[in-house]
Amino acid sequence: MSGTRHLNKSPPFPKGGQGGFRRPSAPPDTIKSPPSPLWPQARNFASLVFQRGENTTRRAVTSPPTLFLLAFFLVPALIVVLASFQYPGEFGGLAPITDPGDGREHGLTLENYQFFFSDFLFTEIFLRSFAVATASTLACLVLAYPVAWLIARSPRRHRDLLVLLVILPFASNFLIRVYAWMIILGPQAALAQAVNGVLGAFGFPPVSLLFSPFAVLVGMVYVHLPFMILPLYTNLEKHDPVLLDAAQDLGANAWRRFWRVTWPLSLPGVFSGSVLVFIPVLGMFAIPDILGGTRDMLIGNLIKDQFLGVRDWPFGATLSIILTLCVLTLAGLAAWAGRPRRRHA
Amino acid sequence: MRRLPLWLILSAGATFAFLYVPLMVVVAYSFNDSRLNAEWVGFTLEWYRVLFYDEEMLLAARNSLFIAGVSSTAATVLGTLAGLAIHRYRFRWLPILVITPVAMPEILLGVSLLVFFIQVLHLTLGLLSVVLAHITFSIGFVAIIVRARLAGMDESIFEAARDLGASPWQTFRLVTFPLILPAVVAGFLMSFTLSIDDFVITFFTAGVGVSTLPLQIYSMIKIAVTPEVNAVSTLLMLLTLVLVIAAARMDKGFMKGGA
Repeated sequence: MSGTRHLNKSPPFPKGGQGGFRRPSAPPDTIKSPPSPLWPQARNFASLVFQRGENTTRRAVTSPPTLFLLAFFLVPALIVVLASFQYPGEFGGLAPITDPGDGREHGLTLENYQFFFSDFLFTEIFLRSFAVATASTLACLVLAYPVAWLIARSPRRHRDLLVLLVILPFASNFLIRVYAWMIILGPQAALAQAVNGVLGAFGFPPVSLLFSPFAVLVGMVYVHLPFMILPLYTNLEKHDPVLLDAAQDLGANAWRRFWRVTWPLSLPGVFSGSVLVFIPVLGMFAIPDILGGTRDMLIGNLIKDQFLGVRDWPFGATLSIILTLCVLTLAGLAAWAGRPRRRHA
Repeated sequence: MRRLPLWLILSAGATFAFLYVPLMVVVAYSFNDSRLNAEWVGFTLEWYRVLFYDEEMLLAARNSLFIAGVSSTAATVLGTLAGLAIHRYRFRWLPILVITPVAMPEILLGVSLLVFFIQVLHLTLGLLSVVLAHITFSIGFVAIIVRARLAGMDESIFEAARDLGASPWQTFRLVTFPLILPAVVAGFLMSFTLSIDDFVITFFTAGVGVSTLPLQIYSMIKIAVTPEVNAVSTLLMLLTLVLVIAAARMDKGFMKGGA
């Protein structure tokens, strides 16, 4: 029955590339699409996608990356939020929220968050991580500013080469770069021998450079320095040298020209560079693992231990959520502070 | 143009030395004929020979190359689409979805994928989970590079193609794609490099069964440092060097987008 109705109503089957193939617009439960050879459909796929108006094209371009990131980024992130309210499983992992059939059921809880705030140890680790991140960011800023400035003021033909010279060490694996400092700061290396020689001459006990907060700081700065140099350079490159000439004509010395003209104009670059250094340092666990001692744990090490060491996933998830909240707050603050301003004070 | 002051050249030079000396130390010690990374004894290629007979290391290298090849191919396709979509349709939420995995601390992406793979997909951690994880963080880098290239192009080229009667598909195939191709290739090389180099996310998503070069290096550093680490590091540096220079030569937007 539906076959005859279909024959009456359906448009002629398309021949050749005259646009795609369209289903009749009758309700789908009474009308079945005609049996069609697969090939014309396949051949028309491109035109279906690219000629069926803006909407189809848009969907075809946008959906694959969107669906992938929803599935493998957003959904996992939401699951971590959920996990932070769950109980730990008997053998690690998460305990079931609803009854899995054997009478065990746990529901949701705020205990993980309470646990975080119940012990000052965790707050201390967070504060220490913030201190390390702040120190690394400041050290990066001090080291990066001259480099960014030099590149921005170099002749145009040298700039790309200099930028590449900044990127190259950054491109080599970060473990290798951290490991390099293990060699340099190691107790048998010349640096440690020299430092301890000087200390010994003044009667101080020898110190270990490696496995110290100092080593962690050096590693953090070394690994993240290019993140500060590049945004600063892109900012400084845009400054109009006429402004500095004008300041000079008005009698400003080099320091005032920097402090009143270059520095305020470079603030957006400073902010974006600081975010790019601060945030990864906050979550880093490998550098403290390799260069730090066993005492000075950072957030990253704590989270790693919860997931792979003690296997308390819910508490690890809680720590991750708190870290995410910190990062979002900071990114928001930086965006607000570095926003383009119409009027200058 | 203003003369550059001497102190600026000196302080920038010091920072460049800070960037390069440690890497040179690693390369130099990879040729050192001593089991300790302390003093120079003599030139040797012994550590490279050891490396090429190290079964675990070779397997890790094969895993790394396989993961990088598959994940960067998929990430290039998805990232290019994302770059086109962001440029063309000016969505608000797609850029956020694309950039956030790049901007977050890596450990957060690592643990969320760990929980997701095990608790939701009931997947055994291994090559597949690592590939999926690497695609996730690479999409953003490819999208940024492709979008930067699109933003630098003159819209009238596409209008001209349409005025001459090209269908959207023809416009894409004959005009847009050839124009963004350098950025697409640069994006591929970039995500290949990122995948070869990634440690943190691989650390959480690889499980016990699969090792990659960075995981192998990490365990060697943590457990027993032998000069073999210097040799594998030097080779890995060389590979990355070639990939990054190739990417930079392909597309100048890489310089700004890639970092």
